[in-house]
Amino acid sequence: MSELLDLARSVVDRARPGEGVEAYVARGHDTDVRAFAGEVEQLASASSAGIGVRVVLGAEDGEGRRVGFAWAGSLDPGVVDAVLADARDNAAYATPDPHVALAQPDGIEPAELDLWDPDFSAVSTGEKVRMALELEQMVRGAHPRVRQVESADYGDASVEVALASTTGIRATTRRTSAYVSVSAIAGDGEESQTGSGFSVGRAAPALDLERAGKDAVMRAVRLLGAGKVRSGRFTLVFDPRVVATLLSVLSSALSGEAVVKGRSFFAGRLGEEVATGIVTLADDPTDPRAYGAAAFDGEGLACRRNVLIDGGVLEGFVYDSVSARRAGTVSTGSAVRGGYAGTPGAGCRALALSPGELDQSGILAAVGDGVYVQSVTGVHSGVSTVSGDFSVGAEGLMIRAGALAEPVREVTVASTLQRMLQSVLHVGRDVEWLPGAAAGQTVAVGDMQLSGS
Amino acid sequence: MAVTIPPVPATPSSPGPADAPLVEPSVVEHVLAAALRRGGDMAEIFAEDRQVSGASLDDRKVEELSSGRERGAGVRVVVGDTTGFAHTADLSETGLLRAAEAAAAVARDGGDRTRVVALPARRGRPPRAEVLPSTVAKATKLELLLRADDIARATGGEITQVQVGYGDSRRRVLVASTDGVLAEDDQVRTRLSVVCVASGDTGMQTGYESVARTVGFELFDEVDVDEIARVAARRALGKLAARPAPSGEVPVVLAGGSGGILFHEACGHGLEADHIVKDSSVYVGRVGEQVASPLVTLVDDGTITGEWGNYAVDDEGRPAARNVLIDHGVLTDYMWDWLRARKQGRQSSGNGRRQSYQHLPMVRMTNTFLMAGTEDPDEIVAQTPSGVYVAKLGGGQVNTATGDFVFGTTEAYLIEHGRITEPLRDANLIGNGPEVLRRIDAVADDFSMTPGTCGKDGQSVPVGCGQATLRITGVTIGGTAA
Repeated sequence: MSELLDLARSVVDRARPGEGVEAYVARGHDTDVRAFAGEVEQLASASSAGIGVRVVLGAEDGEGRRVGFAWAGSLDPGVVDAVLADARDNAAYATPDPHVALAQPDGIEPAELDLWDPDFSAVSTGEKVRMALELEQMVRGAHPRVRQVESADYGDASVEVALASTTGIRATTRRTSAYVSVSAIAGDGEESQTGSGFSVGRAAPALDLERAGKDAVMRAVRLLGAGKVRSGRFTLVFDPRVVATLLSVLSSALSGEAVVKGRSFFAGRLGEEVATGIVTLADDPTDPRAYGAAAFDGEGLACRRNVLIDGGVLEGFVYDSVSARRAGTVSTGSAVRGGYAGTPGAGCRALALSPGELDQSGILAAVGDGVYVQSVTGVHSGVSTVSGDFSVGAEGLMIRAGALAEPVREVTVASTLQRMLQSVLHVGRDVEWLPGAAAGQTVAVGDMQLSGS
Repeated sequence: MAVTIPPVPATPSSPGPADAPLVEPSVVEHVLAAALRRGGDMAEIFAEDRQVSGASLDDRKVEELSSGRERGAGVRVVVGDTTGFAHTADLSETGLLRAAEAAAAVARDGGDRTRVVALPARRGRPPRAEVLPSTVAKATKLELLLRADDIARATGGEITQVQVGYGDSRRRVLVASTDGVLAEDDQVRTRLSVVCVASGDTGMQTGYESVARTVGFELFDEVDVDEIARVAARRALGKLAARPAPSGEVPVVLAGGSGGILFHEACGHGLEADHIVKDSSVYVGRVGEQVASPLVTLVDDGTITGEWGNYAVDDEGRPAARNVLIDHGVLTDYMWDWLRARKQGRQSSGNGRRQSYQHLPMVRMTNTFLMAGTEDPDEIVAQTPSGVYVAKLGGGQVNTATGDFVFGTTEAYLIEHGRITEPLRDANLIGNGPEVLRRIDAVADDFSMTPGTCGKDGQSVPVGCGQATLRITGVTIGGTAA
């Protein structure tokens, strides 16, 4: 760890007078095992390391500053020198902008999070292989109608990151993670249906293979016999996994950068009622249960809890340093970056709705008749956080008399994000932290258009 | 707008002499021999040197120039049905030997044997670009961004935001295997994209257009950046007056060059042999059968110079090829990489690709397209009493096991009485591959290709998609209008 910070600092120390420099250094190790038909199909393991450097030119009180960025997938001294030189050269070409700045330490203490499982490195490769094989065999034999296990994977990764800047940022983080995932195909004659299951944790011992396997089988088998339904307006109950996906999409509209640049349907609506009163949405990376939990953000500021929608009222957005300056406010500790090859931008890590009172069966009973959406497709092509237009492919089950009934496939469900927020009928108490930037929980939304036959 | 660009000449990054291999053949031979020391059927080294540069303009400012470099190698050892893989950023003999040892961990017999690996003679390959982007001044690249921003904003007063992205990459690869492969490629790609936001009484809408080709900076001699910017702006402006798309099953006319994503999703992925050998595609066991309308002849062709999915050799060192997948509606073949082809005792079709040296290869599409038909595109619309006309498609997604797929519109109109009328808001369409392919009842002669990025199992690769104007007699569109 300390050698990564030393390297980051050594780059920062080479800043010329009047120059801002930020160095982000990361190193990781990962293992992936895929089982198929009782054999190890793939076993991959590798280490990687890299650096990303931002250089800011120009004085704070001048006409504006310019930022340049460069990265490399190597920590060799010669490469690091070249990266710094490239970033410096790139900076000379940016348009001067008074809002450009590196993060300034803001005195907020980082949360104490234990994201590094000491058991991580004690798990042998043989044990990892065994878990993938066991999961595959378990699912294959779980149900007479499971006709194929498309993939059964074990994966894990450890990542260490150090960040330093001329503004006094010094941050180091490290985390471990492990997962198993499985995709089952259930078949009945010509028909096939698929279902997936997974389990995530900080290390292999925390993984629940049985639950992952059962989930995949249950999801595939219960869709057998699915057909189209007639188009119409329905109340939809979204599966927790779908809700996590939808919250991740919604987070783009809550990015302060999108808002300040007029690319979010939330722009100009602070303080307004944008959702029903039962909707309270917060991004809290300091919650250790969150998959995206983090002590520091992508610029080295402490992550913190940010309430975005409170009782249906739009309360705030998430900002990194530059978007905050552009909007005339301060960073919310919400810079995210995609590793050493990416630059920071404003985003969420751990979004979750405040839980309601009902569990999933309670919500189904309360809804009475509608459609339960087990999974959605085409989210990247069918949802816009600029216009709010929402149209996705869906499969799931009809809800009749408060219970799950016959399966449904090849339909789309549509509305606008604006109208969906105003039509949230129930938020489940079944909060489940899933991989990604948001928690899952059952949510019912009224008045959505379903397109079928 | 006033923007100053410093008159500093760009420092061209040194690409190195084109004839220097990424790894010396003698080192390759040692490493491959070491990789099979404990047994195994095949060992392979994939070495890669990738340099990228990018620039983005947003909110009227050149926000950031970036550059990146990555260099390393992946070593693969195949033992029976098991693949071992490890990668390293260290291209020295020591680094490669370490990766070879890690990859060989799957060879369980533990024996120690001496293997002699002899590679064929090396054939270097010059970069297939007239103007290497690394030799172009940064200021010249920025001029493109600023120009696109100006043109887009001038297209309409309701354009409130413009983002322009530029990127180029040069990817040198060397693949060598104990199968007797020693191949190199030098791939240069250049792209530009424009995203506009238009704001009106009805809210905001976006428009997108891009150009991307496997060529150097000469791309901008061939394409008109102004037109890219205008098209993106018009798409956003047009949708301000758009009404909600219909819902339910309707006839759909897809414009020529509207994306071709239909075939990529409706059958392309399902024809990738990794899904076939795992029995996770609706097209398993259907070679020789009529799986589509007789109007459908579908080709995957990695050899088309300049197209976004073009290369000389794939990431397993096999030459790119032209493969007919569906011939007049009859399924003729799947797409193959080395591993899946070996299982069937046949040759790879040149479709083994990987995102980078850190990834294992798998079966991927290259440039996938429907051969043009003979009809007049205007006539196809005129003979459609009512339906939806899709001028531009966005992305899509497929479940290969069920064949169900979606694809999104980003510019669409109603067809009423055989005429294109009102603009529609974006929506996804959903269908089942084999069903939709049978419902194609007209194909026109106005073929063109578009670039895209295909994601599969966590890996992204550039692909091309193409088609002429065509009609599907019925497909479900997911709008909000009843």
